[in-house]
Amino acid sequence: MSEVRTILLNRSIADSIEEEAEELRQELKKRKIFLLNVMSSPGSGKTTTLIRLVNLLKDKYRIAIMEADIDSDVDAITVARETGVKSIQLHTGGMCHLDGSMTRQGLEALDGEYDFVILENIGNLVCPAEFDTGASMNMVILSVPEGSDKPLKYPLMFEKSDLVLINKIDTLEYFDFDYNIVENFIFNRNKNAVIFKISAKNGTGVEEVSKHLSSLIDKWRS
Amino acid sequence: MHELGIAFHIISEVDKIAEENNGVEVKSVTLEIGEVSTVVPKYLEDVWYWACEHKSTHLKNCKLNIVVTKAISFCNSCQKTYSTLEGKKCPNCGSEDTFLVEGNQTKIKSIEVV
Repeated sequence: MSEVRTILLNRSIADSIEEEAEELRQELKKRKIFLLNVMSSPGSGKTTTLIRLVNLLKDKYRIAIMEADIDSDVDAITVARETGVKSIQLHTGGMCHLDGSMTRQGLEALDGEYDFVILENIGNLVCPAEFDTGASMNMVILSVPEGSDKPLKYPLMFEKSDLVLINKIDTLEYFDFDYNIVENFIFNRNKNAVIFKISAKNGTGVEEVSKHLSSLIDKWRS
Repeated sequence: MHELGIAFHIISEVDKIAEENNGVEVKSVTLEIGEVSTVVPKYLEDVWYWACEHKSTHLKNCKLNIVVTKAISFCNSCQKTYSTLEGKKCPNCGSEDTFLVEGNQTKIKSIEVV
């Protein structure tokens, strides 16, 4: 009869998730790959925004996209069709977020040489903010119909994101969305945040975002 | 489903430890979950056996024990501690200049192996 023995560990889950993500980030830095983690609510226009950005940047960089969803491959198909860049779908099997190890699996599945990889995270303003994916930068998209109060209600998301896109500004006249208020809320959470106003639908402001991203990518890869 | 990811993570950590210990069978895992961590113990228990069955090598039929630890905040104004569940405002002096000392952690405390 074998004996039961106890092994004391006292290991923090958050620390080990962070370590795994940090390891991936350093590895990507060495391989000169800029990984952008894109987060937002469902329906904020992530896919449409990314298609615009990729089309502006694809001649300069070798780009690939990882689309994370609980199910379906509709996003990966759309992105591949509209941009022509390599696009894969990651299924989380019911999970609400991605972490470093899942991101690593996605990167391995991409199979190829890339300068700029975009991770379109699960549409959710809560959980994705709590798990470091190992990305070089976090970007959040907030759309006008969602309202100006979102940085108050989902503070961690706006603390963790250094790049904020306010999307659907072409619909401003139909909603009670106050840009000055939202800007204040965002800076209260993250004074280093860089904010852009865009309309992914008609293309307003997207070129400025692509230029900003381009300088971030060049800096990361230098 | 937040807890499923956490469960997978714990399982892979524990599997690694089991490997380091000559591939022992893990009989139980004891976690310490802070009162204000984002992990809901009940949900973690719900996914535990399924996750062990599907994602582990050394944790088949492994029992999960959860110890919930108190969350404590400290008030900078009156220099006293209080239960974080009381809120951001210090119940002793009413100041909002308070911060969390402990209670948002999820830890693997120990495991039992054969």
